[in-house]
Amino acid sequence: MEIKNAVAGTLESGDILIQIAPGDGLQVELQSSVAAQFGRQIKAVITETLSGLGIDNAYVKATDKGALDCTIRARVTAAAVRATGKDVWKD
Amino acid sequence: MMFVPGNNPGMMADAHIYGPDSIMLDLEDSVTMAEKDAARLLVHNALKSIDFGGTEMVVRINPLNTPYGRKDVEAVVKAGVDVIRMPKTETADEVRELEAEIVKVETELGCVGRTLIMAAIESALGVVNAYEIATASKRMMGIALGAEDYSANLKTQRTPGGAELLLARETIVVAARAAGIACFDTVYSNLDDMDTFRKEVELIKTLGFDGKSIINPRQIEVVNEVFAPSQKDIDKALRIIAAIKEAQAKGSGVIAVNGKMVDRPVVIRAERTVALAIASGILAKEEAL
Repeated sequence: MEIKNAVAGTLESGDILIQIAPGDGLQVELQSSVAAQFGRQIKAVITETLSGLGIDNAYVKATDKGALDCTIRARVTAAAVRATGKDVWKD
Repeated sequence: MMFVPGNNPGMMADAHIYGPDSIMLDLEDSVTMAEKDAARLLVHNALKSIDFGGTEMVVRINPLNTPYGRKDVEAVVKAGVDVIRMPKTETADEVRELEAEIVKVETELGCVGRTLIMAAIESALGVVNAYEIATASKRMMGIALGAEDYSANLKTQRTPGGAELLLARETIVVAARAAGIACFDTVYSNLDDMDTFRKEVELIKTLGFDGKSIINPRQIEVVNEVFAPSQKDIDKALRIIAAIKEAQAKGSGVIAVNGKMVDRPVVIRAERTVALAIASGILAKEEAL
């Protein structure tokens, strides 16, 4: 699936900023104060969400501010929708 | 009912900790046009995943005549929201239009009838049509006043005494009572003036409202203090209920408690006092039996 650069989320506490760009395979660069404890889990949620949306080639930069899994899923989906132009809730 | 911006995950995750009776996640006025898509996804995922501790979950959607309204309905019904709050409601037809959208999604999910509707009345036309709106659907659980838009529509402004809102408030309470549903008052947004806030809560309790919309956890305590009945009132209500139960067992409908006649309206008030005491957490359910 073709994608363009897109961003979703914020740097506020409890949120995560997702920057997505065209890439080769799924690459995730994570910045998080809890990376040592939860880095693997955060990356897994990001890649699972993207794969579920049919995106297998993208470079993702994630800046985490203590987001819950549901917030990570929502922000990755929002960035993916913006990057692909394909809405998850079609009219 | 505590308002929480729909694009703020930190506030959303923590809201129930403060113990509001219900939480309203907002997709409308607190979310910018550019973030409507992201907020919708956030609210959908939050409703599906976060344990809100049994708190009633409400989502204020965008109006159906915007590009966002129908997508909002689909997203929140699919996430299992308890109540959809429809903003700027002016006619019963608008409620029925929302109901049709909800039915469409619920039919797909196989759960027709699950989602309730609350209508916010925020204009002169909405106030004039309050009873028709309140009775437009079996899903209607309440109507609420949205005072900022209403004041602007009246070509006036909000004042500390709230004289400009009196007719709307009374009309909404009367319409809700006639329809047998709940009614909620508008927000008070000056967090630095808790005295005026308390006076406003006292006023709307006197008018008959079931509750107040709030924008900050700091306001919860004041609302609970004003709405909670006094120990004296609770004791009296419990005595009345006990006496009427005893009288009913003997086949009598009218009794006297402390020398005063107790008939049906007094019993209804006593039951409401006990219900409020339980809701406020100052009386255990078992004590009321």
